[in-house]
Amino acid sequence: MVDIEKANKEAFDRLLAARPVLVGMGKAIDVIPGMKKNMILHAGPPITWDRMCGPQRGAVIGALIYEGMAKDEKEAEEIAASGEIEFSPCHHHQAVGPMAGIVSPSMPVYILENETFGNKAYATMNEGLGKVLRMGAYGPDVIAHLKWMEEVMYPAMDKAIRYLKKIDLKNIIAQALHMGDELHNRNKGATSLFFRQIAPAMVKTSDANTVEEVLKFIDSNDHTFLNLSMPAAKVSLDPARNIEGSTMVVALARNGTDFGIQVSGMGDEWFTAPAPVPPNALYFPGFTKEDANPDIGDSAIMETAGLGGFAIGAAPAIVQFVGGTPQDGLNKTLSMYEITIGENNVYQVPYLNFRGTPTGIDIRKVVEKNLPPFIDTGIAHKKPGIGQVGAGLVDAPMDVFKKAVIAFAKKYS
Amino acid sequence: MRKISDLFKQELKVINIGLLSFKESLDDVGVKVIQVDWRPPAGGDQEVMDALKKLLGK
Repeated sequence: MVDIEKANKEAFDRLLAARPVLVGMGKAIDVIPGMKKNMILHAGPPITWDRMCGPQRGAVIGALIYEGMAKDEKEAEEIAASGEIEFSPCHHHQAVGPMAGIVSPSMPVYILENETFGNKAYATMNEGLGKVLRMGAYGPDVIAHLKWMEEVMYPAMDKAIRYLKKIDLKNIIAQALHMGDELHNRNKGATSLFFRQIAPAMVKTSDANTVEEVLKFIDSNDHTFLNLSMPAAKVSLDPARNIEGSTMVVALARNGTDFGIQVSGMGDEWFTAPAPVPPNALYFPGFTKEDANPDIGDSAIMETAGLGGFAIGAAPAIVQFVGGTPQDGLNKTLSMYEITIGENNVYQVPYLNFRGTPTGIDIRKVVEKNLPPFIDTGIAHKKPGIGQVGAGLVDAPMDVFKKAVIAFAKKYS
Repeated sequence: MRKISDLFKQELKVINIGLLSFKESLDDVGVKVIQVDWRPPAGGDQEVMDALKKLLGK
């Protein structure tokens, strides 16, 4: 049997050594590796149109209308079902996408670099909350907002980022954990810190009206930084992939139908199980658990990197929204040390005497302790076209870890 | 046997592993008890436990 401890130390050390920075923006078709004109990227493990959940279908419909490939919902559904469109997971293209995670060729994306290893990662800009494409909405207002993001926000952001040359995201994430963020469901502190960096550069590089419009939007959207924290986690985790003999998880991802994981020592293989509906959630007025789609999005990359639910002890406000106490959040974070390889040397939980966040999920520990990773997440309506209905807390399904342990033992024994 | 008898004459401080109902019964009669959140490895699945043993070098 291979030396798993040594392999895991290598994977863990690589994750901790990452230095994620934002270096620019570009159109998906121009910058994302392997992107094609007829390709749509999606969150989670691989899936076909016929198995896609409502919100992911809704977001595909919206993307086809946005791209000008379909004039309406009916035509978009026909194209999506025809086989003309190639669907591919974001994770197969060094990208991540929240919720439905749809990325189409014309969409502008952030370009991140891991300065330690030189690898890159990509993600779209965050659209805000409620009726948005990533939650499965595709009405005219959703498409108009996406067009505004492409035509007004993207050029302004791009110019400001290039003026600054780079923005150090590790630094922002570390500070935000001290400001009540866990970087998955709460990005208020990180968005504020990002705003302080981007605003002066935007004033320097764009006209006053554009600056006002874009900065007002960033200010109104506390989740602006989610679409930076996610690729920051992705670009940090990717160098820990493909380490022979490592049982460290390098991706937790959901497409709203399946929950999937990838393990460093198991190459690009996905281990999947049905995605669960978050059992503990706060729903927007007028919505209930009956409306909820099963767990969806690449955003569990945050937990994979030791943030999000793993750092919920740093974010009491997130626990409060489902009726929990700060102690409940700390207990959740403390329990995640049971299933991780070590503690982060930069990302800390202030209320645990600045202890490093539990980092590097070990499939062996998850199965031995029978303790699944804990995720805090947004919830989309199960039908296409509606959007977000709430937010909640969910455990990863144990079956994916059991399958991974069996496959790992088979490969290496 | 005598030592055991002495134990029950003192105030009991109990650590309970496993079934929560044992803890609740002690709670009902005012005995201090700490519940350990323990679950059977792999949920008791033998195939997974066999694979896990290989990975843990047991």
